[in-house]
This record gives sequence, C-alpha cells and structure tokens, in this order.
Amino acid sequence: MTVNGDEARPYGRRAFLGLLAGGLSSLYWAGPAARALAPVTSGFSQLLGNLLPVGGWRIYTISGSMPIFDEQSWRLEITGLVRKPLQLTYAQLRALPRAHQVSDFHCVTGWSVAGVRWGGVRFHDLLALAEPLPSAKAIRFVSLEQPYDDSLTLDQVLLGDVMLAYELDGQPLSRPHGAPARVVIPEMYGYKGVKWLTRMELVDHQPTGYWEGLGYDQNAWVGRSNGYGS
Amino acid sequence: MAPERRRLRRFTRTERAVHWVHAVAFLLLLGSGLCLYLPSLAEVVSRRPLVKGIHIYTAVAWAVALALIALVGDRRSLMRTAREIDRFDADDRAWLRRRPAPQGRLNAGQKLNAVITAAFALLFVVTGFFLWYGERDTRFRLPSALLVHDWLMYVSFVLFVGHLFLAIVYPKTRHALNGITRGWVDEDWALRHHRKWVERLHDQEAPTLEP
Ligand code: HEM
Repeated sequence: MTVNGDEARPYGRRAFLGLLAGGLSSLYWAGPAARALAPVTSGFSQLLGNLLPVGGWRIYTISGSMPIFDEQSWRLEITGLVRKPLQLTYAQLRALPRAHQVSDFHCVTGWSVAGVRWGGVRFHDLLALAEPLPSAKAIRFVSLEQPYDDSLTLDQVLLGDVMLAYELDGQPLSRPHGAPARVVIPEMYGYKGVKWLTRMELVDHQPTGYWEGLGYDQNAWVGRSNGYGS
Repeated sequence: MAPERRRLRRFTRTERAVHWVHAVAFLLLLGSGLCLYLPSLAEVVSRRPLVKGIHIYTAVAWAVALALIALVGDRRSLMRTAREIDRFDADDRAWLRRRPAPQGRLNAGQKLNAVITAAFALLFVVTGFFLWYGERDTRFRLPSALLVHDWLMYVSFVLFVGHLFLAIVYPKTRHALNGITRGWVDEDWALRHHRKWVERLHDQEAPTLEP
C-alpha cells in the first residue's frame, strides 16, 4: 500500500469507540457535571446570553401560534366557586401589591434556568379580591393558547414562592414567556405554570389538565415526579 | 495547445450519496432543532408541534436513506473508505502534529472529521431516541439526554463551520468541492494535497510501463 502502510494504526476505530463510550456514559455524568461546573459556566452563559439569543430557556407551545397580548382587550377573569367573580385589566393587575423573587426554573425535559428574577402578585392578594367559597379546593388556570390549561390546589398556590408573574428579569413578560402573565411555582416542573393566562376558575377538585392528559403527573414536584427520583 | 489537465476519479456515486444525504439531513435537523432551542427563533416560527414533527421525521428519513444506500449502493467502495478512515499511518500522525507530510486520498483531518461525524450521528440518534421515547414512557426519561443532545449540536456546529470554510471559502482547499459534487479532481491539485494517493494510482495504472 503506502510507503508507511505497515505502520498504519487503527486510530480511527479507537477514536470512534472512544467517542461513543464518552457520549453514552455522559448520559449518566453530564447532569452532575453541568451542576458541578455551574459556578464556572453560569458567568460565561450569562455573557453569552447577552450576546446571543440563548438564555437557557426553551419555548414550548402546543398549538400553531403564540397568543398575542393586547393590553386593551386582555382581562384576567376569576370565576367559579367565588363570592365575587371579577375581571381585572392589565393596569388593575399591575396595581396590586407587587412581589419579587429569585428562583430556579426546572423543565421536566431536563433543562433548568438558575436564578430567574420574577415580579408579580401573590395568589393570596388575588384571591382576597374574589373571596373563594369554602368549597373551593383548587384553581384551574386557562391559557389564551387553546387548549392549554392546568391546575394547582389552593394549598399549593399559597406556598411562599408561588406567584402570578408579569415581569421576568426586570422586563414585562415577553410573548414567548407567556405575556402578559404566567403562573410560577418553582418547586414544580414548568408545565404546571400556565402561560398567557386569561382565566382562573375555582373548583372543588383538580381537573385533568392538558399535560396530565398526556400522561404527566398532576403533582409535578421537581425531582420527585414524572419518573424522576423513583 | 495547452497540455490536457488530467482528472482523477475521487469519490464513487455511493460515497457522494452518503455525503449529501448526511449534509441535507444535518442542515434540516440543525435548522429545526434551533427553532426548538432558541427563544428568538421559537417566537418567529412559533409552530412548535410542526417543527418538532419535521425534526423527528427528518431523523427517520435520514436513517432510512442511509440504509437504502448501503443496500443498493456500491458497498465495496464504502467498506474501502471505512478501512481508509480507520488507518492512521506515520505520515497521518505527523500531519496531525502540524508537520508537513504527504497525504493519502483522505488527509488525517478529513479522516478525523469523518470519525467524529459518524460517532456523533449515532449519539444524536441515541439521545434523540430517549427524548422522544421518554415522553411516552417516563422510565426512559433521562435528564441528561437533552443536555448531551445540545452539546453534540454545539460541537458539530463548530465542525460544520470549519468544514464549510475549507470546502467553499479557502482558496487552497476548495477545489475539493469538485470531488464530492462531480466525483473527480484535477491531478495537479491532487498532487499538492494528496500526493500518496496520486502516486498509488499511478503504480496501479501502469506497472508494466516501468522499465
Ligand atoms: C439524527 C437523529 C436525531 C433525533 C432522533 C433527534 C431527536 C430530537 C428530539 C426528539 C428532540 C426533542 C424535541 C422536544 O421534545 O422538544 C430534539 C431536540 C433538538 N435537536 Fe435533535 N434529533 C436528532 C438529530 C439532531 C441534529 C443532527 C441536531 C443538530 C445539529 C439536532 C438538534 C436539536 C436541538 C438543538 C434540539 C432542541 C434541544 C433543546 O430544546 O434543548 N438534533 N431532537
């Protein structure tokens, strides 16, 4: 063959098998490695996020188009088992006592965004306006994006860091993030946080939401549901 | 009259078919994958279920097309190429250490690129399968599958940009594009870049003409 033919070594297959072994085993170590390196990489990815449109977020939609928020016509309706059904305009929502928090966001498919700055209202303040009846046990959240809905129990929405957010990182919530308002519950996976919210219905038991209908867990505790941590 | 420039046959139709099936599928998967990945693109395109369908069906079509080529194509040329990519001789190893050394039909960088591409293709399929099937059966939901799929995308994107640069932009190497589109290259170009290959072709062609 070639002049140096007899010296040829099968590096090709070794590199191939090595890459395969590294790649397959990384299905076990990539998650822990990414978490261990997070202090180093998060500064870098923040820098990158400012330069490029990558911020760790993936935008999930279930239909053909993303709802468009129109400040004039948008209303947040609170109905169902309440003494005073009501509709809030965007301005009225923003006039309610404002809460801030920094929390991590986890998606059930495996990605997370650490240290998200949310601004919005606590459910305690929202519900005080509508006065739930004693029979109300849960809230069904309905999105402008049909047919996306999901629900949380009243106990869950009153947890300390659960909110209806209208700001993300100091900016009004953008369209991909669920403008004008979305549910935030950091201890559960993101699919429980309905985006493009338009209606809250108080009900006496939790209905099956969109993702639950596709086999996801009703109680989406991070690390303890949907096949994780079992 | 100028002496006629000699052309050398570089890639068989089967080899070229494998290359282009891979290239087209890669571009479609990259484009649709980025629409699933980048919020700004997701907002513009916004039809996530459709994009996801394109992504997954492209992956299936790609695998089927490669299997078909292997079935009906010139398998011997594929096997020969695979053997060639496997072997790194002393010149290849010197070349990788950035020392000038004569190269065979594929230089050491091309071999390495082919090896990485093949391994990544399999890893994309495995992680993509877990993403798809984990949605249907939570026992197969691996939180790292998405992370690894993303990392593969980043690395292959960088390789892809380098590949395009050498194939289309860089004047010294871009004649190689002829080899993978039409199947032949000019002999004088080949002598500069793949001398051992040209010499071997001559040895095979005219052994009896030698004194
Ligand atoms: C060849 C086999 C492949 C299969 C079976 C596959 C399958 C998948 C699946 C099932 C998803 C998840 C979609 C979702 O649930 O939202 C996905 C996402 C993605 N794929 Fe692939 N894919 C393949 C190849 C590729 C290639 C070659 C690239 C790019 C070069 C790519 C880039 C992406 C990206 C960027 C995402 C989004 C990931 C994220 O949201 O973080 N894929 N792929």
